[in-house]
Amino acid sequence: MGRYVAGRIAQAVLVVIAAWTVAYLIVYALPGDPISIMLAGSGGDSGYIDPGAANKLRRELGLDRPFPVGYMDALWGLLRGDLGISVSSGMPVAARLTAALPPTLALGALAVTIAVVGGAVIAFAASAARAGWVREALLALPPLAGSAPTFWVGLLLVQFFSFRLGLLPAFGDRGWQSLVLPALTLAVPAAAALAQVLVTSLHKAQGESFVHTARATGASRMRTLVRHAGRAAAAAPLTVLGQVVGGIVAGAVVVETVFSRRGIGRLTADAVANQDLPVVLGVVVLAAAAFVIVNLLVDLVLPFVDPRIGRARVRGAGR
Amino acid sequence: MTDLLVTGEPSAGRLHAPPPGVRPKVQWRRLVGSPSFLLSVAVLVMVVVWAVVPEAITAGDPLFGDSADRLLPPGADHPFGTDQLGRDVFARFVYGTRTSLYATLVAVGVAAGGGALLGVIAGFAGGVADAVISRVIEVLQAIPGLLLSLTLIAVLGFGTGKIGLAVGISGIPAFARVMRAEVLRIRGSLYVEAARTVGARPSAVLAEHVLPSALGPVVALGILELASAVLAVSALSFLGFGAPPPAPEWGSMVAEGRDYLATAWWLTILPGVAIAAVVVSANRLARGLRPHEASQ
Repeated sequence: MGRYVAGRIAQAVLVVIAAWTVAYLIVYALPGDPISIMLAGSGGDSGYIDPGAANKLRRELGLDRPFPVGYMDALWGLLRGDLGISVSSGMPVAARLTAALPPTLALGALAVTIAVVGGAVIAFAASAARAGWVREALLALPPLAGSAPTFWVGLLLVQFFSFRLGLLPAFGDRGWQSLVLPALTLAVPAAAALAQVLVTSLHKAQGESFVHTARATGASRMRTLVRHAGRAAAAAPLTVLGQVVGGIVAGAVVVETVFSRRGIGRLTADAVANQDLPVVLGVVVLAAAAFVIVNLLVDLVLPFVDPRIGRARVRGAGR
Repeated sequence: MTDLLVTGEPSAGRLHAPPPGVRPKVQWRRLVGSPSFLLSVAVLVMVVVWAVVPEAITAGDPLFGDSADRLLPPGADHPFGTDQLGRDVFARFVYGTRTSLYATLVAVGVAAGGGALLGVIAGFAGGVADAVISRVIEVLQAIPGLLLSLTLIAVLGFGTGKIGLAVGISGIPAFARVMRAEVLRIRGSLYVEAARTVGARPSAVLAEHVLPSALGPVVALGILELASAVLAVSALSFLGFGAPPPAPEWGSMVAEGRDYLATAWWLTILPGVAIAAVVVSANRLARGLRPHEASQ
């Protein structure tokens, strides 16, 4: 088991490095001069650019040397946790990310919790419903929720809970109350995705022979659904959880803008607006890391949820 | 987030999987009898008409308003109300359809074209080419689509077309995966083996067997991608990376209305409902065109 975990951690690190490399190639190897892009900023056509400043920035980013040398240097920096200097602020990218991380982490954690609970409740309720129309209504909910633009869901919630009912603050980031609406907004598409995957896997699991056996021994409908089919069906939504969390990181860009919150999402939106490429690359590293960490945790937890997976994997890895 | 669902297992409960090379047919008769399917088609046709001839749909002016008519709630004269400059919100939405749909179609075209090309190369060439393409596709899964689009926009700059290009490039992996799987599935089928035995060139196999057979899944994925591209394009436009004001765009319209949320709900809520209706319709259409879903 120890060797299996070590191998998986090494693999996760490689994926992060590979994702960063793809983004690095997009940013620095694509036709076009990243230096003039960044100095001009804000998407406009570049006007006059000070050659002295351009050379200084080129040196800082390691772009004055042959491309492979610059890449290796940046890679070495990444491995030491040095993500370069933010062009728009002059601060180290790693410091800016660290400063922006706590509010987004709180937001994301609450959003994932709401999404997992909400998605599971809807999927189990749809599978347990006896009345046809209840079932149809519950099954129609996730595709509808997944089709609504995130920014619109946020504004709708603000409109209703803040302006109509006056229950929660509309904007800003003070106190737990201001966390509720943005987390709910982020959770809607995530819960929709999880519910859709879980509905399909529950349907499949209910046809398994051990579920029929449990039912035949006298276990109630609810008990077989939750204890037997539920455990067998959990693998599918858990394996997409990494992508769902990645989607939440990306969704934070929109949600933190909607709710005027500080955090990684806002930092990303500003970095794209100012074409601050080192910061954008840093956020890519962060999102990829979130993706692989969640996948790693899911892989470690999965054998305890679905015993069939554990036996196959631990035996295979123990050799 | 809808792209998660394409990669999922085919639906449960199908007892007999078709042999390789044979694909269950889309059940057209059943679809034509479904009200939700017909409604979805109607919504999408309507949106295309809006994009092509907006002036035939609305008499309102998308750019100039009457300052006497500022912030009017929805009514007979202005179905979606008016904004802070007295412009008709419905007219702006209808005219905004052209730019937003343009970016969406660029996105789907780039994703389907680029992805199909990479998938065919990976599936046909095999070996190193397949290994490299497959690894890159896998790695790209670790970067959320919207974040990849944002990275591309940071490099490419802003504008409606660039948004489309950025969203399209992020959509390439999904198409490459489907295309590669199709190529491998069809290459392994008996009739392709037979064609090769009698001396058909690889290019003939590609043109006569693989591409026609792969068309169905790619079109179904394309419509699904249409739905997620509308969402991605409007999100990026909302963030301010699309056409500069006062040009109307679906996402930026909602962003402009955000300042009047407390007093003029229609500026944000109604365009959002319309965007969601388009996305729901495209999703419904894609579900209908996926053969194994239709047979449930």
